[in-house]
Amino acid sequence: MSHTIVTGVIGADTHIVGNRILSMALEDAGYRVVSLGALTPAGDFIRAAIETAADAILVSSLYGQGELDCRGFRDLCIEAGLDDILLYVGGNLVVGKQPWDIVEKRFLDMGFDRAFPPGTRVEGALAALAADFAARDQRLQARRRAE
Amino acid sequence: MKSALLIDFGSTWTKLRAVDMETGALLASAQGPSTVATDVNIGLEAAFAALSSALGGLPSFTCRLACSSAAGGLRMVTVGLVRELTAEAARQAALGAGAKLVGGFAYRLTSRDVAEIEALAPDIMLLCGGTNGGNSEVILHNAHALACSSVRCPVVVAGNRETTDEIVALLSCDGRTAMGAANVLPALDTLDIEPARTAIRDVFMERIVTAKGIDRASARIDRVLMPTPAAVLEAARLLAVGVEGREGLGPLVIVDPGGATTDVHSIGSGEPATPGVIRHGLPEPHAKRTVEGDLGMRHNAGAIVDAVGLNAIAVDAGMTLDAASSVLARIEADVETLPKSEVEHRLDDVLVRAAVDIAIGRHAGTVETVYTAQGPVQVQRGKDLSEVRWLIGTGGALVHSREPASVLRAGIASSRKPQQLRPRAPRLAIDADYLLFAAGLLAQVDPVAAFDCASRHLRLVE
Repeated sequence: MSHTIVTGVIGADTHIVGNRILSMALEDAGYRVVSLGALTPAGDFIRAAIETAADAILVSSLYGQGELDCRGFRDLCIEAGLDDILLYVGGNLVVGKQPWDIVEKRFLDMGFDRAFPPGTRVEGALAALAADFAARDQRLQARRRAE
Repeated sequence: MKSALLIDFGSTWTKLRAVDMETGALLASAQGPSTVATDVNIGLEAAFAALSSALGGLPSFTCRLACSSAAGGLRMVTVGLVRELTAEAARQAALGAGAKLVGGFAYRLTSRDVAEIEALAPDIMLLCGGTNGGNSEVILHNAHALACSSVRCPVVVAGNRETTDEIVALLSCDGRTAMGAANVLPALDTLDIEPARTAIRDVFMERIVTAKGIDRASARIDRVLMPTPAAVLEAARLLAVGVEGREGLGPLVIVDPGGATTDVHSIGSGEPATPGVIRHGLPEPHAKRTVEGDLGMRHNAGAIVDAVGLNAIAVDAGMTLDAASSVLARIEADVETLPKSEVEHRLDDVLVRAAVDIAIGRHAGTVETVYTAQGPVQVQRGKDLSEVRWLIGTGGALVHSREPASVLRAGIASSRKPQQLRPRAPRLAIDADYLLFAAGLLAQVDPVAAFDCASRHLRLVE
């Protein structure tokens, strides 16, 4: 069964082009994509993921306020019962020039499984998704067998 | 001459309309008391006698169709998954089918929820949840919870299509009826409430009419087709869209301030009229009905006063505070009362104006400015009604108002509420002969006659 992925641009951010390219690439790769578009509040990602039984949420943020918008995102997912959902974030996540490893750590600490810097190619994101879904499916199967 | 008889079994009155099917002209009107609680035929007989004397004998009608809001209307409970998504889509479908919503549930039903549904004892339920290919676990959980409950009413199942057959089989036992329909929200950006509405109407015709005792009138009528609000919505759609050979009036809004609730129907896409505005939230139904349960001219007059303020009401009616509150106390104590004196008329006009104002304000979408790094952006939620071409009033309170134009004008756009996307410059009209329900019924057999009937009897009040 193909995986379902929710995409969108979080917060008061209107930069939709990169997110649209990403969504098209995901569809071409065979995923079911639920594309929420620009100006999407965090809660809308969560609600869409529940209703569509999504396997991953890919959050884009291009305007430098991503850190504020994404705060508590993993907690929202846990609260909503989305325990095993894969969370990615990518774009211009912070204002100013900050070393990427510090920025990445900050978002991983927030509960994102992966963070992607500006200039990431879609191929890189697709490869990461394939690897993470394979690991996640194995984990879920093992858990189901144990139950 | 081909003629049609259209009947509305209301909660208090049963109204009859005889319509010429060649011209759409109203031949005669009559009414009798609604006697559904005892024998529906008693009141119907009185209404037929009145109609017969108005027409000088009853012709042989080509069709005799009815709608009903008697015996509490079509009392319905909806269940969905996420409150803002499938639970909301289920609500839209139920309202569009003309139901009276008595309960709306989301997420997993708890044992307390199930007990509440049992206590509500609805006439029908709509069970939704999950987009197609999406969540199936919650709707299955909820179906099992209902299967184990004492709820015996018919259930329309319109959720994730993967689960529909299983749930219909599960619920079709113990004398329960379950009926599958297409998912109300097949994908997050697609609302598809028509199939669920059709299923609800089928259940209404086959089951509810009998359960409410209206089938006893079967000697006098051919069919009871739908709940009354659904007939009004059908008429609204017909008027807006038109039929073969008849151009529609375009996007329109119908407002119906009643004794207990105020209904608003809008037909139109509701897409942003201003370029550059971004739409958010669930897609909107082309034919949308909302019901304001707290805005009624009689049963809920107190709620209107609370919303507007007694002071504002008194000033608007040109009365002293004491005089206004004593008249209000009188009409709330006796909900059947009709305005007699000058002050009572004035107060009723103020109440209905407030009800129309608030109800259309809630029905209309909103636009707000979000400040982004790229400058301000307009975000719209709900339907943009600003380009609506007609605002039509129906129901006794509006039709008998001394200033129907001023009442309807309360519903149009105002600089005081710039964020509400109300009709900006609609033409104003009233359904003076209470014919919209009749046109909605007639549309099922003869859309052209129905269109002519509805459009030629609209009275402009500009």
